Amino acid sequence: MAVLFEKTKFLTDKQFHYCPGCNHGIIHRLVAEVIDELSDELNLDGKIIGVAPVGCSVFAYDYFNCDMYEAAHGRAPAVATGAKRSAPDRLVFTYQGDGDLASIGTAEIVHAAHRGEKISTVFVNNAIYGMTGGQMAPTTLIGQKATTCPTGRSEEWSGLPIKMSEMLAAVPSAYYIERVAVNTTANIVKAKKAIKKAFKYQMEGKGFCMVEVLSTCPTNWGMSPVEAMKWLEENMIPYYPLGVYKDKGAE
Amino acid sequence: MALTLMKGSEAIAEAAIRAGARYFFGYPITPQTEIPEYMSARMPEVGGCFLQAESEVAAINMVYGAAGTGARVITSSSSPGVSLKQEGISYCAGARLPAVIINVMRGGPGLGNIQASQGDYFQGVKGGGNGDYHLLSFAPASVQEAIDLMMIAYEKAEKYRIPVLFLADGIIAQMMEPVELPEMVDFKIDPEKKPWACTGWKPGDDPAKRGIINSIFIDTESLAVHNDELQAVYKEVVDNEQMWEAYNCENADYIITAFGTVARIAKSAIAELKEKGINVGLLRPITVWPFPYDAVLKAVDQPSVKGVLDVELNEGQMLEDVKLAINGVKKVDFFGHCGSQMPTTAEIVAKILSMKEGK
Repeated sequence: MAVLFEKTKFLTDKQFHYCPGCNHGIIHRLVAEVIDELSDELNLDGKIIGVAPVGCSVFAYDYFNCDMYEAAHGRAPAVATGAKRSAPDRLVFTYQGDGDLASIGTAEIVHAAHRGEKISTVFVNNAIYGMTGGQMAPTTLIGQKATTCPTGRSEEWSGLPIKMSEMLAAVPSAYYIERVAVNTTANIVKAKKAIKKAFKYQMEGKGFCMVEVLSTCPTNWGMSPVEAMKWLEENMIPYYPLGVYKDKGAE
Repeated sequence: MALTLMKGSEAIAEAAIRAGARYFFGYPITPQTEIPEYMSARMPEVGGCFLQAESEVAAINMVYGAAGTGARVITSSSSPGVSLKQEGISYCAGARLPAVIINVMRGGPGLGNIQASQGDYFQGVKGGGNGDYHLLSFAPASVQEAIDLMMIAYEKAEKYRIPVLFLADGIIAQMMEPVELPEMVDFKIDPEKKPWACTGWKPGDDPAKRGIINSIFIDTESLAVHNDELQAVYKEVVDNEQMWEAYNCENADYIITAFGTVARIAKSAIAELKEKGINVGLLRPITVWPFPYDAVLKAVDQPSVKGVLDVELNEGQMLEDVKLAINGVKKVDFFGHCGSQMPTTAEIVAKILSMKEGK
């Protein structure tokens, strides 16, 4: 019988620990499928290294079926730099959340981009700290409630939410920066294409690439998964517009 | 073999390369900047990689990344910079990554000054980062000894899967001495010898052999097992890797304990005291972790020994280990200065004379 569909071999059989409705499952699957497809296209057998962050995806090393690191909070781009410099023939990717990448790890991500480090970053932005239980992130929207801004984030006190794709696109050596979402089938298809492009650019020896994926956190947003998707569409996408922020390969 | 006159920093860097280090990640800070400068020119010549990181925090995490692939990796810094590295050092220890970290100690706390110091003994030996871990810690007293220790550092780091720390005072890095450089070691990553490393696992291979460089063990039992394994390794290091120099200790009237450059000043004092008819020995730990407790006690616990003097270029840090070793068997005096004021031969002689007079 012909196989029409099967689980990608780049995900282990370990059951995800993620909450119901969390988008990490979709994004993990996209990353693993891209690796699977590129592995065949570019002969990357045994040449994949992933770096997990601190945050909800801290256990990503249990899920991605390849050589993996678990990095200190925010340091994944530095760890990936060390791995890529010592093993330049590998596809090295980091998988980071917004607390990790946009707060404690800003120096590491900016300078990985600044050096044109040949790594790819999948940046999952859900506008909150998930693992520690719903605290305000630099990406938390104005008015959005979190356990450390119980009356909602205010611009006066905490500034406006940081826009990482826009910011990193301004770094001269950044090669490809795109923001996607996984809230609709069409967007999921686009997200996969973006991740594939980023990984492909890396293996072509191009510079730093990042795909920001807008994501929901029903648990810490205090919403049902369906409500959370709606909230993302109505609130996150207007503030964090989807699209290509930089693509030196298309210029 | 011919002797070469070399500055300590450059000799340490060259020795690391000859020991097989091919990846250097660091950030400029006085008084060790000659190490990254030397590496930036030398690494490309041997097909290695020098990378100036955006911070010491990033540099040690780059070390974590490169060491995880099985490569021989090094970073260097000085006191405030090594403070920044502590997070990554703890992660390297937790993930059991072999690597070499150089601390050319300068005056502290805070920015302190840029003069030689031994003020990071506590940080290097008693922890620094979070959690129950140790680093095999070398305290060289000459440029040649730093070179010789570097030539065994990676073997030890890889044997035990622990990071190795060089706790060198600024003098060791800044002075020039004639040295004999060893031959280049032919190091290649051997996945068989480093089954834990990320050397190219693929789906279909034995799942148990997948490279996972990690220090998180979220459930209570697995963290306990992990820490038990670490402690078993540390016990093995304590049992097998203590190094020290015992100089003129037999039947000595007094024993001086000192490490690094200060121990050399102590030797000059011992020569002067000999002329005055006072027989003084020196017990110099070469590994400050594991600390040679038994060797210190053996040197001190002789009927001839009337007192012990610990001398350091700080306000008394190794002193605590000396006292633990001696455990009240003999009285321990201390003499030291903090950053930049080297204890002089005359000061050490005067201190021993005052001890003799019972002051």
